[in-house]
Amino acid sequence: MLEPQIRIEGLYKVFGDRAQSVMPMVKQGRSKDEILAETGHAVGLNDINLTINKGEIFVVMGLSGSGKSTLIRHFNRLIDPTAGRIMVDDVDVVELNAKELNQFRRQRMSMVFQNFGLMPHRTVLENVAYGLAVQGVDKVTRRDKASQWLDTVGLAGYGQQYPSQLSGGQQQRVGLARALCTDADILLMDEAFSALDPLIRSEMQDQLIELQGRLHKTIIFITHDLDEALRIGDRIAILKDGKLSQVGRPEEILLNPADDYVEAFVRDVNRARVLTAEVVMKPPALRLTTENLDEALKQMRGWKEDYAYVFYEDKYQGVVTQEAVEEACALSDATAPTLHDMAEEGPTVQPDTVLQDALPITLESEYPVPVVSESGEYSGTLSKRDMAEILAHSNVKSEDKSAEDIAAE
Amino acid sequence: MASESWLTQFPEMERADLVAIRKALDGAYRDFSRSYGEVIEAVFDPLLYFLVWFEKLLLSSPWWVVLTVVVGLVYGASRSWKLSLGVVASFLAIGYFGMWENTMRTMSIITVCTLLSIAIGIPVGIWMARSNRARSIITPILDIMQTMPAFVYLIPVVMLLGIGKVPGVIAVVIYAIPPVIRLTDLGIRLVDKEVLEAAAAYGATPWQRLWSVQLPLAMPTIMAGINQTIMMALAMVVIASMIGVKGLGQPVLKSITNQYFTMGLFNGLAIVALAIMFDRVSQAYARRTQRHLGGAQNA
Repeated sequence: MLEPQIRIEGLYKVFGDRAQSVMPMVKQGRSKDEILAETGHAVGLNDINLTINKGEIFVVMGLSGSGKSTLIRHFNRLIDPTAGRIMVDDVDVVELNAKELNQFRRQRMSMVFQNFGLMPHRTVLENVAYGLAVQGVDKVTRRDKASQWLDTVGLAGYGQQYPSQLSGGQQQRVGLARALCTDADILLMDEAFSALDPLIRSEMQDQLIELQGRLHKTIIFITHDLDEALRIGDRIAILKDGKLSQVGRPEEILLNPADDYVEAFVRDVNRARVLTAEVVMKPPALRLTTENLDEALKQMRGWKEDYAYVFYEDKYQGVVTQEAVEEACALSDATAPTLHDMAEEGPTVQPDTVLQDALPITLESEYPVPVVSESGEYSGTLSKRDMAEILAHSNVKSEDKSAEDIAAE
Repeated sequence: MASESWLTQFPEMERADLVAIRKALDGAYRDFSRSYGEVIEAVFDPLLYFLVWFEKLLLSSPWWVVLTVVVGLVYGASRSWKLSLGVVASFLAIGYFGMWENTMRTMSIITVCTLLSIAIGIPVGIWMARSNRARSIITPILDIMQTMPAFVYLIPVVMLLGIGKVPGVIAVVIYAIPPVIRLTDLGIRLVDKEVLEAAAAYGATPWQRLWSVQLPLAMPTIMAGINQTIMMALAMVVIASMIGVKGLGQPVLKSITNQYFTMGLFNGLAIVALAIMFDRVSQAYARRTQRHLGGAQNA
């Protein structure tokens, strides 16, 4: 499933006239400020190593000046590296000559820009078709394809307008349609949603996730907004001063920040909106595997808890208490109810439910809520205590901090 | 004693040396123009033929044909009835006051000079925008062209090519071309970097980037340069008349030497009328074709 598509190895970028001569200092591990003071050269990227898988949304996150925009411009070599390799499948992008590079940009990668980068003198349709026009595709094909993508992003009928007649969100949809129109399999998005207001931004994020569900592109997404990174990223890389601080899945970053820098970022994130049930849940337990009441009672007596989850033909039925099973056993076989008759239909949550939505369900339920996928597969349980622990964790930490601060004063 | 004179008087070179230098330079240039003058004149022959042909065309066509064509062009460029009517009124007044022929001559030379300036100036401006080295070499040359008194470079031009239309055109172009070069360079350098990056990211070649992004987006600035070039060419008409360029400049020159105030005023006003027409029409054209760009800057 996970097939690496892009590999970046030992990538360095030093800005300045004699970049190569500064490289030894960078490799010795001298700091960015030292090198700037001594040689006037700015270190943009420092030993970046990354593997990006086919079909994932890979988010690079960092504050301004962290080198994230520099990094994304290396993928299609809008900026040339000082050292290192950028492998896309079996092609080393750094080795391409001008002609091969243009061919590569036309077919393999397209890009969406922070301020849209639309051509104000071309209509929306001509903008979307720009990539095809550059390739020399004929006019009719160009127009058909462009209007098809314009429909896809929800701008049907805007083709003859000029970009200045559209709102910011609409303009970025044009930017997105332009990127999709060339059928490139890799999409570079440089702070694509940062210039939009919050409501439009989250709309665009939803649209991107929805499109990605159909198109399965490899997307490299740059942002300075951790919430955005956590929301759309399959994996996230955190960049600081041109160096990678941490690479991992959102929950890894959130629960195990690699250093103080990442932790400072993560501290204010609303975990309930990011973490999902499957991250927090405990492994499956208390599953009754029999239809026989006596055996069920025996199983339950072996457990610490006085309730269990009933499954019938691998489908979750509900919760039974030990008390109820004991009562049923006391009855004669004929009148005794079956286990799944007795099971109290209880709430469940799905593995990808975020805690924010799972929280009310868990709080209302008397017992830990089983996590059951759409196909009925039982993957774990979600208890009030587990959730409280995870959600309180971040707050407790920050409260500790403020207590320390007060003590210091 | 010698040191005293060095302090109070600037240590000049010997007068005889100075004369020798002047003689040597003048002689060298005279020899150069004698031996290559004809070759260089031959190079400019096609330009001369075109100038003569165009002037004859304007002069031999009936006045109402010329007027119709001019107003047609004005309306086509500006789509404004007001402007077109203004142009008709100006031309009728010019004709009524007996300046039709001179105005046609001036229009023909201005048109040729402007076309020539655009044809040379825009490519030079593009070159300047692409190469910082080219820019550092060309900028001081443009400074010289703009500040050197026009009379000074009329001398070598006349020495080389004699008196007539071609040296006139060369003098006008030297004087009028700097704005279009400078503003082409500036316009291209001001193009939004992200739009240019976008073109590059989609695999556009440098040539495609120039035609699809840089020139169209620089066009408002380039048009301002062309406008300035036209204005400067018109201003140069009187000076060019000193080396035999016929047109509105010659009566002005005659009025200066003979103190004919009214004659000078009328011909001067005709030049002003031409200038205003060229200016308004080229600006209206620029505004009309770039309306959608204006919106982008507001957003």
